[in-house]
Amino acid sequence: MSESENADLEQFRSETRAWLEANCPPEMRKPATSDTDVFWGGRNAKFASEPQRIWFERMRDKGWTVPDWPKEYGGGGLSAAEHKVLRSEMAKMGARPPLSSFGIWMLGPALLKYGNEAQKKEHLPKIAAGLIRWCQGYSEPNAGSDLASLQTRAESDGNDFVITGSKIWTSYANYADWIFCLVRTDPTAKKHDGISFILFDMTSKGVTTKPILLISGYSPFCETFFDGVRVPKSHVVGTVNRGWDVAKYLLQHERAMISGMGERGVGRPLGQIAADSVGTDAQGKLDDAMLRGQIATFDVDEAALAACAERAVDLAKAGQAHPAFSSAMKYYGTELNKRRYEILMSAGGVDALEWESERSRQGARPRAWLRTKANSIEGGTSEVMLGIVAKRILDLPGA
Amino acid sequence: MALVLTEEQSMLRDSARGLISDKAPVSHLRSLRDAKDPTGFSKEFWHSFAEMGFAGLLVPEEFGGSGLGFMEAGVVMEEIGRTLMPSPFLATSVIAASALNRGGNAAQKSEYLPKISNGSLLATLAIDEGAKHRPLQISLQAVRAGNGFKLSGAKALVVDGHVADLFIVAARTAGSAGERDGLTLFLVNPKAKGVAIERTIMVDAHNAARIELANVEVNADNVLGEVDQGATLLDGVLDIGRGAVASEMVGLSEEVFNRTVEYLKNRKQFGKLIGEFQALQHRAAELYVDIEITRAATMKALQALDADVAKATSAVAVAKARAGTTATRAVQEGVQMHGGMGMTDQFDIGFFMKRARVCEELFGDANYHTAQLAKARGY
Ligand SMILES: Cc1cc2nc3c(=O)[nH]c(=O)nc-3n(C[C@H](O)[C@H](O)[C@H](O)COP(=O)(O)OP(=O)(O)OC[C@H]3O[C@@H](n4cnc5c(N)ncnc54)[C@H](O)[C@@H]3O)c2cc1C
Repeated sequence: MSESENADLEQFRSETRAWLEANCPPEMRKPATSDTDVFWGGRNAKFASEPQRIWFERMRDKGWTVPDWPKEYGGGGLSAAEHKVLRSEMAKMGARPPLSSFGIWMLGPALLKYGNEAQKKEHLPKIAAGLIRWCQGYSEPNAGSDLASLQTRAESDGNDFVITGSKIWTSYANYADWIFCLVRTDPTAKKHDGISFILFDMTSKGVTTKPILLISGYSPFCETFFDGVRVPKSHVVGTVNRGWDVAKYLLQHERAMISGMGERGVGRPLGQIAADSVGTDAQGKLDDAMLRGQIATFDVDEAALAACAERAVDLAKAGQAHPAFSSAMKYYGTELNKRRYEILMSAGGVDALEWESERSRQGARPRAWLRTKANSIEGGTSEVMLGIVAKRILDLPGA
Repeated sequence: MALVLTEEQSMLRDSARGLISDKAPVSHLRSLRDAKDPTGFSKEFWHSFAEMGFAGLLVPEEFGGSGLGFMEAGVVMEEIGRTLMPSPFLATSVIAASALNRGGNAAQKSEYLPKISNGSLLATLAIDEGAKHRPLQISLQAVRAGNGFKLSGAKALVVDGHVADLFIVAARTAGSAGERDGLTLFLVNPKAKGVAIERTIMVDAHNAARIELANVEVNADNVLGEVDQGATLLDGVLDIGRGAVASEMVGLSEEVFNRTVEYLKNRKQFGKLIGEFQALQHRAAELYVDIEITRAATMKALQALDADVAKATSAVAVAKARAGTTATRAVQEGVQMHGGMGMTDQFDIGFFMKRARVCEELFGDANYHTAQLAKARGY
């Protein structure tokens, strides 16, 4: 980087810090306590609090719900280096993301790469402004890890496709406004060659959803049924029957997003949380040597993973990244997050077992603990991630 | 600072790799071991290494060095790790050069640093006394005598101790073992009266020695840094050494891993390549992720050292802890996946296992650094 670029970046850093200081409400400088505390946008969106609304609107007006998207699509137009600065400044003050959305994490990047101009103009600004909430129609009852064996069919009828079939594990399908969906448009083609990637409104005739209750006691996802849903062909992203490319590209982004879940670097450190409940010995050390060891090992691994996540971004910027690297990060990040919550449960002892009480914020910790078990399943299981690393990065033999 | 090598650093890596893999592959270490070579490394090669500027990599230009940073030293250490090349680079060019550069007065610097740069002086730090690395548990005594000091005590695992021209000895001038105050670093001539040196032939066939000092006289000019205040200087120098060893372990891990993956692609059992077995694929993939994460943590530590040695402690602890765990796993999986071949001396894999064990003990193992991190974080 040249000196003047460096100076510009430093100026951007100080301006950004000042802006965040002035505009991020104090309540938004700590991690969300539950799913309802997160702002997801959408037609029926409600803010959980006034500070949440203020924070969202200010960030949206700067294009910083999607800082690195082009300005013409509602983004902030930041360079990769500026985006890194913004993220690190937000992390430093513990500022939470103003808007969480599958549109931002998954669909947006796929549209930017594969969408036509009309699709980009139609959907991206609405994602950026939190107007439409999206869900992901990939998995089916018999097509989970083996996603490409999906059977939901889309039959051509004039300018429309008519979609029939069902999906499962569709997160937030019951709250979503639109779905990005994988459908089979050519049943005679080879598995990967007859799939298309299509977008449609969840209020379309023939769409129904049915929530599924999880071990965490919540039902964040649904079975989703399509009974002759009519969708214009212009809603296909990319080429008809070539949807697998779009699907895979989107999965890379989903995996990168999931690997970053867990409150890395924000909130109270595990060691402090544990010291509060377990106590310390005369030397100020956590009064449970094995737990202390587990936490310290966790801290080492977490710091190392954070460095690796940073390096992954830098490698991408330098054009040296392997496209399957997000699978490596997804595997490690999710396994680590599960470890975090095992430790949190262990540190909390009896107090972490309460499920329904004011004191426990309705069992926030045990519910979150149970939720993390999905991290190594959703977006592709750990086993599948390791398979991808083995075959695509290490080039080991066997299909 | 981006966590990728700059163009200059990549060029440095390529030239170090070319030279080392050509002149000092693993067979080089093997033949030195088999010949029970009295020096333990190739002097001839060390001189060509020095001529290319590697010996004085961290030495400032005014003393004849290249004035590069710890990231660059790490780049070279990683290449050394790939072939397990025995060389004075760690002890002399990284650790001793940093100790002299950071703690030395003008006279000490101009006497020693140019010689380190041109490869003519070998120096080493003598620190540990017990079986495990505990830098504050120093009891080697230095008592005032006339204008100088008299040193008495013993040190173990002095890297290159039997070939060094200069010892940097950590001693206690006040207080007692375990205390931070009262530590002082001394420059000691190995040929001085009262110095006894025993070369300890080690499991990894690299150089180390035990040394014993019995009333060894040094004068006041031989104090490095300030009397009684050596702990801070030592902390920095040790962290630099740890960052370098972590880099060596990254290189070693990656090399043993690459060899293992190659083997998985070539060895057949049950009518197929063993690399087709998912149980092995997944273990290989996990190891790959471990190595990538460790590499990033190590780069982060080296960058932190380059930015400010005094503030790099936690980043270094993370790197050394991760490097220890990962290297241990890499060499164990390496031997296991090579089956019976992995157990033979004729095959190189065992050399990596042995070196990893030594690197793990050098300047604190994974447990030590993990506990250091917990302490720094206040729990
Ligand atoms: C919380 C949550 C949210 C989700 N959200 C969505 C969503 O919004 N939209 C959506 O489309 N999907 C969603 N999913 C579905 C998710 O992508 C699938 O659950 C996942 O891909 C695994 O598929 P499966 O459940 O059918 O498991 P299976 O594929 O049946 O796997 C069962 C077990 O077999 C193992 N296995 C399978 N194949 C292999 C193999 N080749 N080698 C080794 N082991 C193997 C798996 O690792 C797993 O351990 C969500 C899942 C969860 C848990």
